[in-house]
Amino acid sequence: MQKFLRKNAPAYVFLAPWLIGFFLLAIFPILASLYLSFTQYDVVRPPEWVGIENYQYMFEFDYRFWKSMQVTFTFVVISVPAKLIFALAVAMLLDKGIRAVGWYRALFYLPSILGGSIAVAILWRQLFDYNGVINSVLRFFGGDGPYWLSDPRYSLWTLIVLAVWQFGSPMLIFLAGLRAIPQDLYEAAEIDAAGPARKFFAITVPLLAPVIFFNLVLQMIEAFKSFSGAFIISGGTGAPLDSLLFFTVYLFNEAFSYFRMGYASALGWVLLLIIAAFTAIAFWTSKYWVHYENERG
Amino acid sequence: MTATVMDQDTAAIAATLREAKAKRARRAATLKHIFLVAASFVMIYPLLWMLASSLKPDNQIFGQLGLVPGEPQWENYVLGWNALPVSFTNFFWNSAVVTVLSVIGNVISCSFAAYAFARLEFNGKTLWFALMMMTLMVPYHVVLIPQYLLFLQLGWVDTYLPLVVPRFLASDAFFIFLMIQFFRQLPRELDEAAMIDGCSPFKIYWAIILPLSIPAMATAAIFSFIWTWEDFLGPLVYLNDIKDYTVPLALRMFLSQDSVSEYGQMFAMSVLSILPIILFFVVFQRLIIRGIAMSGMK
Repeated sequence: MQKFLRKNAPAYVFLAPWLIGFFLLAIFPILASLYLSFTQYDVVRPPEWVGIENYQYMFEFDYRFWKSMQVTFTFVVISVPAKLIFALAVAMLLDKGIRAVGWYRALFYLPSILGGSIAVAILWRQLFDYNGVINSVLRFFGGDGPYWLSDPRYSLWTLIVLAVWQFGSPMLIFLAGLRAIPQDLYEAAEIDAAGPARKFFAITVPLLAPVIFFNLVLQMIEAFKSFSGAFIISGGTGAPLDSLLFFTVYLFNEAFSYFRMGYASALGWVLLLIIAAFTAIAFWTSKYWVHYENERG
Repeated sequence: MTATVMDQDTAAIAATLREAKAKRARRAATLKHIFLVAASFVMIYPLLWMLASSLKPDNQIFGQLGLVPGEPQWENYVLGWNALPVSFTNFFWNSAVVTVLSVIGNVISCSFAAYAFARLEFNGKTLWFALMMMTLMVPYHVVLIPQYLLFLQLGWVDTYLPLVVPRFLASDAFFIFLMIQFFRQLPRELDEAAMIDGCSPFKIYWAIILPLSIPAMATAAIFSFIWTWEDFLGPLVYLNDIKDYTVPLALRMFLSQDSVSEYGQMFAMSVLSILPIILFFVVFQRLIIRGIAMSGMK
């Protein structure tokens, strides 16, 4: 017993803050939100058990839920690949010992660090205003600027552009990954007269696969969770015509504007399961396209 | 004789080829630089436009692409500072309090947990570690509602406690992960030698691990600063009194006022709100960039 204590006591003292936080701020909330998702709860009266009614209503009748799914998935499916393609393209340009690489890296990364701020969300609203900068540029080139913010056909693009603008952090991770690829592979390929495309698909992509995979999972989760940009640009409601009704925005409004805590908890669990499913799919498929270097075969 | 001539010819041809190749490489590099300069200008143009707009009169902001304000309107900053019912002195002070406390909390509590995971042996380590990694995936929106109800019960809503106390409980598992990665690189012999000399685990943490981990601590502190400073959802949920607002909440008030006409002032305050982050970025650029490459943080 004494030996057991001597071995474990110091570690658990160091772990104590995290353990308290883990139970109080993670485990308890996750379980509580599962329970609440089977109730109706408006904070004033005690929660009332309604079984699977919340989920039933959500899947069968709630067109706003389906709309928010459509908006969020469209956003994820377009913005994540676009962001990663930009990140990889710029990382490859910056690789191979170019002069002033530090400056470029910093300038390309700066938007990533500011992109989540309210200042930038406000700025974005003004850039995409009907008389804003984006339309001025479009008109200069003879195009016709649409009403980006009030036309539901275009509004989501403002947020996709905002997300892609922040390609800096996956770019840095790609850069670190590219550095790790042995240069003699490219030299050998050059002797075999391989062109740039061949080198890219036969060397860069396979050797970078673990990094691509890592970035993909990370950015997907980030995209599903994104909130402040959509909240600010849509004026807090998902307007126009729910075209910016991100899942998180819908959840926030159900919980904190209408105080439907039970229903909002059900939405939260759906979000958790979607993210878990996507992460699982990414990991499960990864064994077919991601090979780690120290693996045999 | 002929052999030497041929050698000379080959050498000449090789030299021309080499020169041509070098020339091509130089031209390619120049093209690349032109492209990169143009691309980085496009990337930071929105920020420069915001800065320029913060110094322009309101009627010259829209439809204007130029980055040089004719006559800088410095009063945008003065008027913007006091444009809301409560002055920005208040908002900046509130943000500073929340941010400083959060940074301290994160660094202390996360380095504690990371030290246990990286350097100590204990029963249940694998399980706890797996659970810790899983919390990285859980979206804040899922735990937000029960956390809100909990803090409501405790009477903490409309105080800074819900924003600060979780940081002292290592709720940002990202930082634990970052620090574990760093601690693991430190040679184990240090701990062992210290242990033989009779150092307690706390002494080892304090006198050996921490001093050697200043880059990791600084990276965690910097990101913690940036994320807390920019945090919007937390303050939006927990703070209802305008006197308690942090800077992001205050900025949003410029939008919710129905007749936004003071765009210059709005941009002036937006610029000031991101100024601390830009300063941090300029000063700690190296640490930030290495931190991301190391842990894949946002």
